[in-house]
Amino acid sequence: MSRLTKLRTYWPLLLALAGSAPLLAQAPAPLLPGTPAPAATPVPNPDAPIEITGGTSSVIPIAIPDMPTPHMTDTLAGSTDVLGHEVAQVITTDLRNSGLFTPTGTSLPSVSMPQVTAPDFAYWSSNSTSKLVEGFVLANAANSLTIGCYLYDVPSKSELARQGYKVAAQDWRRAAHKCADVIYARLTGEGAYFDSRIVYIAESGPKAHRIKRLAIMDQDGANHHFLTNGQTLVLTPHVSPDHRSIVYMSYLGQRGRIYTYDIASGKQRLVVDSPNLTFAPRISPHNTWVLFSQSIAGETNIYRIPFAGGTPEALTATTGINTGGSYSPDGSKIVFESDRSGGQQLYVMNADGSDQHRISFGAGRYATPAWSPRGDLIAFTHLGAGHFRIGVMTPAGSGEHLLTNSWQDEGPSWSPNGRVLTFARLTQNSGKSEIMAIDYTGANERHIVTPLDGSDPAWGGLLP
Amino acid sequence: MKKLVLIAVAASALSLVACSKKPPKDLPPPPVGAPGANSSATVPPPMPQGPVPGSRDDFLAKVAADRVFFDTNRSDLDETARSTLDSQAKWLLQYPAVRITIEGHCDERGTREYNLALGERRANAAKNYLVAAGVNVARINTISYGKERPAVLGSNEAAWAKNRRAVTVTLN
Repeated sequence: MSRLTKLRTYWPLLLALAGSAPLLAQAPAPLLPGTPAPAATPVPNPDAPIEITGGTSSVIPIAIPDMPTPHMTDTLAGSTDVLGHEVAQVITTDLRNSGLFTPTGTSLPSVSMPQVTAPDFAYWSSNSTSKLVEGFVLANAANSLTIGCYLYDVPSKSELARQGYKVAAQDWRRAAHKCADVIYARLTGEGAYFDSRIVYIAESGPKAHRIKRLAIMDQDGANHHFLTNGQTLVLTPHVSPDHRSIVYMSYLGQRGRIYTYDIASGKQRLVVDSPNLTFAPRISPHNTWVLFSQSIAGETNIYRIPFAGGTPEALTATTGINTGGSYSPDGSKIVFESDRSGGQQLYVMNADGSDQHRISFGAGRYATPAWSPRGDLIAFTHLGAGHFRIGVMTPAGSGEHLLTNSWQDEGPSWSPNGRVLTFARLTQNSGKSEIMAIDYTGANERHIVTPLDGSDPAWGGLLP
Repeated sequence: MKKLVLIAVAASALSLVACSKKPPKDLPPPPVGAPGANSSATVPPPMPQGPVPGSRDDFLAKVAADRVFFDTNRSDLDETARSTLDSQAKWLLQYPAVRITIEGHCDERGTREYNLALGERRANAAKNYLVAAGVNVARINTISYGKERPAVLGSNEAAWAKNRRAVTVTLN
């Protein structure tokens, strides 16, 4: 994938329209926080999970009219005037899906090129529009596009943010996601997350013999690709921080082992050449380590091995089952699950395995911990009363909340900004599974549509 | 039956008539359906058929079961499981060239990765029992499928009980 570059180069038309202002992003500064405070007051060792009801109530109304083009041009991705409509649609969908915005209207007036940098504030005021997004799509030579993105506050008639992106024509959606990210970050104070991808397991076939394929898609479900053909059972993928590879488990050769999959070349590499069952792979921040689980004589412990290869090093050494694992954002700690005290519970240890201590003490069992990229929360699967539910707690084990209430919701994975969780929802009896997303407040639960069934979603970081 | 008797009588009458003139060159074929001429007399009895000794079919025919079952979240073997594994060990000691894979499985009520570990634990429990019963450890491979390959569909206790299992598969 070609890299996106922020447009910092001279562009006569835009500069003419925008005066002498450089086409650069402004420093984000929250205007309308509109988001609940993270993490409730710490409650040490709650006897039962705390229910959360409701969620964010303040959503931001915003208008995103189709973007004009200075010259209608055919590109590999279609005509620039059609793209102007599609870019606005991608931004609209991103912001709506966040649950923090209500994009207004589907038949907004067309915008002329001069209006992109000089909006008709009188009209938008009369339309009760508070926030306005404008932009343009310009075809450059060599089939590249420049997509401009402007955010205005209508009541104050002021410009809040502007960015321009020069992208290969086929990467136009990334420019739209980046524009949506600027708007989202500027107006909510949260980090960006729309320009990111999700790897997951695509599922089909009967419950007793599901065909499972490694798949990757943009966070909105677009640009979907199957990476393996389904002949071999594959499970539990995770994206590397550098976005170049995926770690996952495969039953290639009727042995359960972990591999890396190079996204560009499709090449696979065995990570640990062990006669034992190896599974549950994760990659540490900075691509330094691969964390994994290994079962020896029925006992499962957590190990790490240098990403480039080397000798596995045990981080846990107990009887029973120690598995899963998720690094803190700085890589200094790992949260994992262990049944050393009976049922599955969450534990935190230093990255070298020292200072292992339990953090979950509520009723039921706790599994699949995932440390937020923001560092403030740990998401998990709670098992109790025959149900799997997604929840969050602080790394100290306080402030526990359950977010979902279905039959089986499993395996949360954080959006790059630590605001949204994706997980798999299994349907009773049929074995049907689908990819879901929910805000960490418990609001805005939604289905991420995939071509087949889906499980084991893993949200990658912001794309470079 | 009456019809058959009539035919037999008629046939006797015909042969008597023939005898009275000149002896036939060949005896006539016995009448169809005549007493003492049923099909089992003319078709050779089937060879004693059964699985080839030492084969997978033979294993399945001779042992109590190819699988043992476990309680929820447990990997210990109950009396039924031990008895089943005893029958497997007996067969395996009879055919020392046969290698086996023990597949560990779980029901759908555990998380995916935990179940991979639990399935391995179950397979290992069955393996340890067979080894203690004298089966060479080098003949035994284990693999865990966690909750990926349920034997019985449905989300109920009956289905789950059948899915918490360790299955011995012979490799020919």
